[in-house]
Amino acid sequence: MIWKTVLFLLMLFVIIAGISFPIVENPTAWYQFPVIPGLEEKAKIIFFHVPTAWLTVVAFLVSTVYSIKYLKTKDLDDDARSIAAAQIGIMFCILATVTGSIWAKFNWGSYWNWDPRETSIFMLLLIYGAFFALRSAIEAEEKRAALSAVYSIIAFVTVPFFIFIMPRIMTGLHPGSANDTNAGPVVNFKMNGNMMLVFFTSLVAFTILFFWMWRLNYKSIIYKDKLTKNIL
Amino acid sequence: MKSFALFKKDLHSELRTRYAINALVMFILVTISVILFSIGSEKISETLTGGLFWVVIFFSAMSGLSRAFVSEEERGTVLTLHLIASPNTIFSGKLLFNLILVFAMNIVIALLYSVLFDSFIIRNFSLFFLAFVLGNIGIAAASTIIAAIIAKTGSKGTLYPVLSFPILLPLILILLELTKFAIDGTVIGESLVELTVLVCYDVVILTASYLLFDFIWKD
Repeated sequence: MIWKTVLFLLMLFVIIAGISFPIVENPTAWYQFPVIPGLEEKAKIIFFHVPTAWLTVVAFLVSTVYSIKYLKTKDLDDDARSIAAAQIGIMFCILATVTGSIWAKFNWGSYWNWDPRETSIFMLLLIYGAFFALRSAIEAEEKRAALSAVYSIIAFVTVPFFIFIMPRIMTGLHPGSANDTNAGPVVNFKMNGNMMLVFFTSLVAFTILFFWMWRLNYKSIIYKDKLTKNIL
Repeated sequence: MKSFALFKKDLHSELRTRYAINALVMFILVTISVILFSIGSEKISETLTGGLFWVVIFFSAMSGLSRAFVSEEERGTVLTLHLIASPNTIFSGKLLFNLILVFAMNIVIALLYSVLFDSFIIRNFSLFFLAFVLGNIGIAAASTIIAAIIAKTGSKGTLYPVLSFPILLPLILILLELTKFAIDGTVIGESLVELTVLVCYDVVILTASYLLFDFIWKD
């Protein structure tokens, strides 16, 4: 209950602040955001788009952790936790891709540019897709759990290449690319204090949201499983 | 040593039926001729030929390398293998076989390609060679472990490219970049980052494969 209240308050703050706080030339009041050249009002996407992309990776991480745990314990509940995280992950992955793509149309001129970061989110989408394709191909429960766990671990060890290395060594449009003059971690780019505050609050809120959704999801998967086994 | 014996066994059974070799040769010919037909008399850019080169390699690998473990399941020799060798030995044997197959296949593709495509000119050969060797190791390792997974799913062949593509894509993207460098004639010193990523990929995928093969094989 306490977590839900915290989540509600944080999300409320992020939604109100992220959408309604004005972007002005020279911020004077505490609630004003500075203008970022080339982005203007469109800079606000960072409060919602980046957290969804972040959740995609977090969900993938959680899914892999429980895959490893499954291989150790052979407990099907761990498999349910892993698949639950992956299901939420693919949802946020689609959200991040679509929001980013719409935004790119208005700021960079086309829906898709094969910028390295766009490539990497597309790759994640493919991995999630392949993961579910593999799961649907196997009938036997234990075999399905073991093979999909192995696959998600293999996919996870190759992911760093395109999530963390490639966007930084290749030239691209996103902040933090090789040809970006701000050169530095993505979050340090020209944001002032209150923008950072909203951004990091948003990250925290979305992370809590993920863990809440994940808990509900794996519980429902486990219950569903138990119900079908009792009836049949 | 046992893995080498396993490799020899695979080689003998392959030479007897020539299933993978025939399929691969035909596949390479078909892919290259389709590309040649679609180009016609048009002159395509050097970067594009470099890209198409890896497209041919990727799809040939997808058609030929999935057999490694499926053949064991089909002939029902899995239990025998369980008895005579440890998982690591079996994986090494299969990996060795796939490595030889990938190298043979890619050398044939590279030779055919450089004969048939006028604009496929490698200016920095040593860089291309390095990328080629490291890339082949990566392709062989990744496709062997995916082949092991596929064999356990009841040999659903269509799943193989679906599962391999996301795993191989980082490798292919880096290889595309390096081939572009080699065609442009960039010196090795300037492409060290990409080469390092390539080496990392190979090491990571090999380590992960050896660690995880146990869990696939023991089912």
